[in-house]
Amino acid sequence: MILTIAFRELKTLFLSPLAWSILAVLQLLLAYLFLTQIETFVSFQGRLANIDNAPGLTDIIVTPLFANASIILLLVTPLLTMRLVCEERRNKTLTLLLSAPLSSMEIILGKYLGILGLLMLIILLICLMPLSLLVGGELDYGKFICNIVALSLLVAAFSSLGLYLSCIASHPTIAAIGSFGLLLLLWILDWTAGVSGKSSEVFHYLSMLKHFQSIQSGLINTVDISYFLLFISTFLILSILRLENDRIQK
Amino acid sequence: MTSLLIEANNLSRYYGNHCAVDDISFTLAKGEVLGFLGPNGAGKTSTMQMLCGNLAPSSGQIKINGFDLLDSPQQAKQCLGYLPDTPPLYKELTVNEFLEYCAKLHKVSFREISNSIASAKSRCGLSDVAERLITNLSKGYQQRVGIAQAILHSPEVIVLDEPTVGLDPIQIKEIRSLIKDLGSEHGIILSTHILSEVQESCSHVQIINQGKLVFNESINNLNQRMNTSTIKVVTRKAINLDLLSNINGIISIELIDAASQYLIHHSTDINPTEQLAEIIVNSGCGLLELSPTKKSIEDIFIGLTTNKQADV
Repeated sequence: MILTIAFRELKTLFLSPLAWSILAVLQLLLAYLFLTQIETFVSFQGRLANIDNAPGLTDIIVTPLFANASIILLLVTPLLTMRLVCEERRNKTLTLLLSAPLSSMEIILGKYLGILGLLMLIILLICLMPLSLLVGGELDYGKFICNIVALSLLVAAFSSLGLYLSCIASHPTIAAIGSFGLLLLLWILDWTAGVSGKSSEVFHYLSMLKHFQSIQSGLINTVDISYFLLFISTFLILSILRLENDRIQK
Repeated sequence: MTSLLIEANNLSRYYGNHCAVDDISFTLAKGEVLGFLGPNGAGKTSTMQMLCGNLAPSSGQIKINGFDLLDSPQQAKQCLGYLPDTPPLYKELTVNEFLEYCAKLHKVSFREISNSIASAKSRCGLSDVAERLITNLSKGYQQRVGIAQAILHSPEVIVLDEPTVGLDPIQIKEIRSLIKDLGSEHGIILSTHILSEVQESCSHVQIINQGKLVFNESINNLNQRMNTSTIKVVTRKAINLDLLSNINGIISIELIDAASQYLIHHSTDINPTEQLAEIIVNSGCGLLELSPTKKSIEDIFIGLTTNKQADV
């Protein structure tokens, strides 16, 4: 049942130009960034050969590529998630789901998996770029996979927050602005780290960027993984509660 | 197992301080078509939303086919087909795709999906437009898709919120006969503010006003009630009303236009027409017209709802 909703969500995305254009634009931007990273690598290559333990292909090309992708997805995810529940409510199609024999959990998870499907497709396309390097070089697969895991968790966290805001907001644009603002705040939260003393530790923990970079560096740490899992489940549960609340208040 | 498809007990719903539905109780059995009547804002849609689990009642209990809507919502909703006031359509899908999605949502088993879609389409006259996008369909067809969606999984209870709004007269006729047709095997609740619709397609009538149930009878009782006849009298000159009010059986006399037109209400048991004619002719007022008017459901409706308002 969850998958039925998820598939319809995906189908709708691909029936409108939205998904296609996002895929195209993202691919174009990232391909350009990928190219500049390769150029950097080529220009450094001679000097790298002289250094012991020099950063490899993966460090110089893949990690920055995924870091760039994370920022671009920070901008794009709110646009994708804004319609999820909000538009259904505006078009009154939510009634169909609410009067069908489904629990709120199934509805929310279905919507979430649907949007996650598209985002995973985007990540898959991003992965193809580093894989093309295999033609002439070698990748550090451990780090490569860590990068994929980091980006997937990050994107899953982005979309759970976006989904929640879509449940709250009365208009898709408000949902988009709200989730973009919140995500950006969580992203830059640890910039205060240098300014104040001890209080910044909380900020440090809350900052998404820190956890993302930590996994990206090849360090799979339970702190980081559980941060993301907690983040995702918190917002999913909040969304479910919010949908239940709809029936009570309206 | 009880034979009642819907049992609603003491339903109330408040929006803040505003009471939209006030202590409504009713039942629906198989084979009944229950018409929900009420002016705008009477609480029809709220009641229907509560029946379909879209809105939690502030107090009261709903049982659908024996399942409590709060305790076992999934089983209860399995027996429900609901067409809200705005049909919930994904306009970017084709009719077939949309109905298939609805069938899956309602857990129609994989093998029966194509059968149930085919029968819903033929019942609602959608076979010709099955491959078209819903967004390109006319409003009438969209409404039909909405109805098809509600009957797709052949639920025991079908709830239709104003099913004939926006349809042309031919389509209305078709939908009405469809409702009658469905009424024999299912229990149907439909809401409307068009009273003739209730007369035509319903077996029971409920009238709601300001959240209260003011009338709950079978359609036959309603028709009988409506026979408290009224006679319309038109004369050339004004009549001395005292003369008329003495006639046995006359309940009240109503002046409708200046001094020459009267509505005379009388009980159904005694027919005062003969006496009336005699008196008017003898008085020399010049009888121009004397015709029995059947009280329409509109009159009952207006009478019931405005009386209630006067009480408040």
